[in-house]
Amino acid sequence: MRLFDKSLVNLDIEVKDAEEAIRGAGQLLVDSGAAEASYVEAMLAAYREKGPYIVIAPHIALPHAKAESGVHEAAVAFARLKEPVKFGHADNDPVDLVFALGSSSSSDHIKLLRTLSSLLTDPANIEAIRSAKSAEELENLLK
Amino acid sequence: MKIICVCGLGQGTSLILRMNVENVLKDLGVQADVEHTDVSTASGMSADFIVTSNELAQSLPGHSATIVIVNNYFDLNEIKEKLQEAL
Repeated sequence: MRLFDKSLVNLDIEVKDAEEAIRGAGQLLVDSGAAEASYVEAMLAAYREKGPYIVIAPHIALPHAKAESGVHEAAVAFARLKEPVKFGHADNDPVDLVFALGSSSSSDHIKLLRTLSSLLTDPANIEAIRSAKSAEELENLLK
Repeated sequence: MKIICVCGLGQGTSLILRMNVENVLKDLGVQADVEHTDVSTASGMSADFIVTSNELAQSLPGHSATIVIVNNYFDLNEIKEKLQEAL
């Protein structure tokens, strides 16, 4: 299970809309070998079909798709947007923090979600993520 | 008492919601059977409460369960307040 590995983090990504943001975060999963390109397309399809519910907290989106769509290992890629973009969520727009979740059917998936969830339930951590200058700083939050 | 946490695919965000709902229920000392699933499966399931986002609640019209809408899945206080109101 991987979260905040250097190869899974982009702290300064420029995008013009929600789809580019999902693609940008998803590409990190592909480049690091955690998922196939087909998984990014599946995340985009899920967003188009099911809508902006993936913005599950103010300014935080968690795009994901089904494990069968091409995930090799449970991982979360993180993209911080230079300029926030709208996902179309009534309450939680605009989004600047995008966590692309590489779902897997393993127990690692549950462990990963638990780690991510306990991290993000503390507002101080969200502020630290927003102001972090390196992937190392993010990794330190997990310790 | 049965509670279903619902998201679009039933694999990611509904599981996060379930973890946090379970934490809150533990805090409140409430015993409940909590499950998570996707919105289309949920529409065919019976439950006392469904916890989900405003967007997905629109896809569950006429469901017999009481729908509890949560805006911030990471805000344990919000989840607690909304559940307390509903229960």
